Amino acid sequence: MPRHQRRTSILMAFAVVLFGFGLGFGAGPVQARLNIEVTGGVEAAQPIAVVPFGVSDGLIPPVDIAAVISADLARTGRFRAMPTRDMLDMPARHEDVDLRDWTLLGMNNLVIGRVEPDGSGYRVSFILYDAFRGDQLANSTLISTKAGMRNTAHRISDIIYQKLTGQRGVAATRIAYVTATGQGEGQTVTLRVADADGYNPQTIVSSGEPIMSPAWSPDGRRVAYVSFENKRAAIYVQELASGRRELVASHPGINGSPAFSPDGRKLAMTLSKDGNPDIYVLDLTSRELVRLTDHFAIDTEPSWSPDGQQIIFTSDRGGSPQIYRIGSGGGPAQRISSEGDYNARASYSPDGRSIVLVTRVSGRFRIGVLDLDRGFTRVLSNGSLDESPSFAPNGSMVIYATIHGGRGVLAAASIDGGGNQRLSQDSGEVREPAWSPFIK
Amino acid sequence: MTTNPNGIRAPALMLPAIVLVVALAAGCTSAPKQSTEPVTSRPVPTAPTTTAPLETTRPVYAGPWEDPGNPLYQRTIYFDYDTAEIKPEYLPVLKTHARYLGTNAGVKATLEGHTDERGTREYNLALGDQRAESVRRLMIADGVPPNRLSTLSYGEERPANPGHSEQAWRLNRRVVIQY
Repeated sequence: MPRHQRRTSILMAFAVVLFGFGLGFGAGPVQARLNIEVTGGVEAAQPIAVVPFGVSDGLIPPVDIAAVISADLARTGRFRAMPTRDMLDMPARHEDVDLRDWTLLGMNNLVIGRVEPDGSGYRVSFILYDAFRGDQLANSTLISTKAGMRNTAHRISDIIYQKLTGQRGVAATRIAYVTATGQGEGQTVTLRVADADGYNPQTIVSSGEPIMSPAWSPDGRRVAYVSFENKRAAIYVQELASGRRELVASHPGINGSPAFSPDGRKLAMTLSKDGNPDIYVLDLTSRELVRLTDHFAIDTEPSWSPDGQQIIFTSDRGGSPQIYRIGSGGGPAQRISSEGDYNARASYSPDGRSIVLVTRVSGRFRIGVLDLDRGFTRVLSNGSLDESPSFAPNGSMVIYATIHGGRGVLAAASIDGGGNQRLSQDSGEVREPAWSPFIK
Repeated sequence: MTTNPNGIRAPALMLPAIVLVVALAAGCTSAPKQSTEPVTSRPVPTAPTTTAPLETTRPVYAGPWEDPGNPLYQRTIYFDYDTAEIKPEYLPVLKTHARYLGTNAGVKATLEGHTDERGTREYNLALGDQRAESVRRLMIADGVPPNRLSTLSYGEERPANPGHSEQAWRLNRRVVIQY
């Protein structure tokens, strides 16, 4: 931000405070977006051609749909999209397609489509072919507003991905993340939500004090987070569409690690109001607060199992931080991480069969996936201060925070090792990513 | 607002700055809205209710802890990695503060716990809380009434040194006694 703008916004903030208004939050204007770079793993990917979509005469669609789809598919690590310049032909209709041309170019699959006007919006049609068998694997038409065109492209990507892999796609999901610019007193910390490809960033809340630990509600409509805006940690739950929010925990001591239960009715959290950090569960309707752990060690970072029956958390009760599991209604805690002297911030995969965590390997903090059946951890990242891992809702990838070039950035890695990407802002740090659930 | 034994009100020093901010903010109302940032929440300065004459001939301290010549000046103690155990070398410092707090009714302190950046943010928030709590317990044992002490953990969010080396980390694993 240019200096004069920063000063203006600081003064505006003071003016707001002095005139007795509340805080600035809710959907903000256009923000610096995340730049995504695919950093490896595309060799094993399947070749696919997404032909630039045909348009009616005189129509200028706001988005290059084929480019968005190609980028979405490439980011999964499972596809390699053919560059437009290598295409010998650009059919937009079924009758113009000769699949032999595409198989000769080594393409397994072909996508064509077109955009036509529809009232004030557009009608977007596409066909997905199996180029070798000659089958149409998908053929459908979506109605889109002008502003919704990127999202329409993401929905098409997800249809293609599901047809070809059998797994639900995540192109139309979102990520929440925290950015920080400046240092110390001059720092601005902002919680943002953007599309999974980094576009369309919206400010959720911004403060000169720390903001931490964004967590999605299972319906993707609310985000819980920790904010120090009143000079101490407190947990808020904010509805994204309206910007309306509620203070749900501001006890003496720390108020941290919010985690929604899978039914969205409860929030697990860490409170130290009773002397040291323990896990509690707050019923968001009745406001009943139940203490789940009671130990003089640190208990924190709760995360629910997908069936809501178990909560895993970090505890140093055994002398070093390790992952433990407890019934979500209470009971004895059982240690589940066994390798290494530092395992923390675990969360379940969507199928509940593995957990992703931060694990220390030879003094470096890396992202690992612990297979709960087999009991071994596979390390996914190679940084030295990697943290805050979060599964994509289809379980195919993990997004996490890392340091690149001395600066905080986000990275995403495929669980099968197929693809990697880096997400950064032009300036400032990016950290604490949380991948949204599927958006309905 | 804290009145210390020297009878000087701490926020008095902030008064000129606040007046300036109000003046600038007022001048801003007609400025074009060129900022692309949404209105942000910022720390609220405590509005002064009383003015105090500023003495210009010698430094004005909000309290003895700001005087480099005073033993209360040392307000930070440091910790080893991933522990809230107070090192014996800091016991005299804590005793000095405990004696001051225990004998000056009306003086309160916040014990601010911090960690280095290694490990996860929420674990570090908990660790900072435990560090502040260790100091609080020790000072209560030294006779400070519990209602004069509060704790606040920032975890790794407010490093004293933003570097990524042991040199930075050792300065960041700390508890600061804030009056």
